[in-house]
Amino acid sequence: MSINTHPSLPEFEYYRPETLVEASEFLARHPAEARPFLGGTDVFVRMRDGLLTPQFLVDVKNLDGMNDLRFDPQAGLTIGAAVNMNRVIASPEVQLHYPLLAEVCQSVASYQLRTRATIVGNICNASPAGDTIGACLVFDGILHIHGANGLRQESLAAFFLGPGKTTLQPGDIVTAIHFPLPPRGCQGAYLKLGRNKLSDLCIVGVTVLGYPDSRLPSGYRFHLALASVAPVPLLVADVETSLADQAITPEALHAAGRLAAEACAPIDDVRGSARYRKEMVKNLSTKALVEVWERLR
Amino acid sequence: MAFHEIHITVNGGREQVVVPSNMTLLRMLRESLSLTGTKNGCSAGECGACTVLMNGEPVNSCMVLAVECDGAKIITVEGLADDQRLDPIQAAMIQEGGVQCGFCTPGVLMSSRALLDRNPNPGEEEIHQALVGNLCRCTGYVRIFESVKKAAKMQRVTS
Repeated sequence: MSINTHPSLPEFEYYRPETLVEASEFLARHPAEARPFLGGTDVFVRMRDGLLTPQFLVDVKNLDGMNDLRFDPQAGLTIGAAVNMNRVIASPEVQLHYPLLAEVCQSVASYQLRTRATIVGNICNASPAGDTIGACLVFDGILHIHGANGLRQESLAAFFLGPGKTTLQPGDIVTAIHFPLPPRGCQGAYLKLGRNKLSDLCIVGVTVLGYPDSRLPSGYRFHLALASVAPVPLLVADVETSLADQAITPEALHAAGRLAAEACAPIDDVRGSARYRKEMVKNLSTKALVEVWERLR
Repeated sequence: MAFHEIHITVNGGREQVVVPSNMTLLRMLRESLSLTGTKNGCSAGECGACTVLMNGEPVNSCMVLAVECDGAKIITVEGLADDQRLDPIQAAMIQEGGVQCGFCTPGVLMSSRALLDRNPNPGEEEIHQALVGNLCRCTGYVRIFESVKKAAKMQRVTS
């Protein structure tokens, strides 16, 4: 926890645009000076620590559609950028069709922080440790982005370029994340290693989604995403391939756990060493895969 | 830096306040409205000492800009007691000894109030989850958890 006896934020101008077009234009005109924000749970902390010094904070959370949470039995789930995590957790549709999303949101910080924290904010921060990003990856999330040239969609899987770095251009505002219908019969798990049982940032996070897929030799498809062990949130394709091609056995699941450990590239930092993280990726990946497999078969 | 005029309802009373862009809700409550019951602990959204209710939901007031609260309804610890009658969670904290130094208490009270509003009969795990964001270095939490359970019971009896 950072100790700061001065609760003040550094000086900046607060700007609340009326429309998305106005917001994008303003952000495009001030690429270095302006920053969009939603709940501010990350941006305010980094401003107090002197890591961010925006001249303008652009409040985009009241713009069109940003507060919508919609489920359509044909199209899937759309979560507006400003929908807070407590709303996601409490949504009956999320609980029924995407319980893994509710579970990962529940693992973030505290109730009062989640009144402000958002999934899209978590994504745009592009921290490799983002708790909710793995679930968004395994559910094939698609970002709706409003930019200088209007609306477009981008696959989340190609969105991250490095710590804090994404494909977003000046003027871009992510307005929502969309998920197609979940695969029939899917089961998910999120295993988070933190320094305490509740509320901490993750040292290692493993998200697994598995489901029956009769087109594959094994009859099952598994997606596995890792947090906090690479410069970007990581979808491990090798795990998916290896468990698609052979019968699912305890040995195959252990081998897949080792593949996950080989795929990651952790660093030493204040929360854990690289060596420890790699070992824990192996153990937690195996554990998550076994857990999901036992619920599937 | 620009100033903004906002209209806000605090503990049932309407207020009109002029705030600079970078003023947090916490600073506005303490410095502009002299409501010093709400405490500043970490200024990072981790300790929960500054928790207040914003439109019925708990927030860390150090992590909300005052200008964002235009039109909002805020309840602080000063607004919990009704006239001279304590809120059940306040009465229960006194009876169960849930207070030691008292610095975390306003935040704990607000988080607990919000929990009891959305779930009048919370279980042990739900109480832990609701208070994860309120750090207390004195009590060891056991008596705080007992206070929440007692308040839930008191509410059921009176309602």
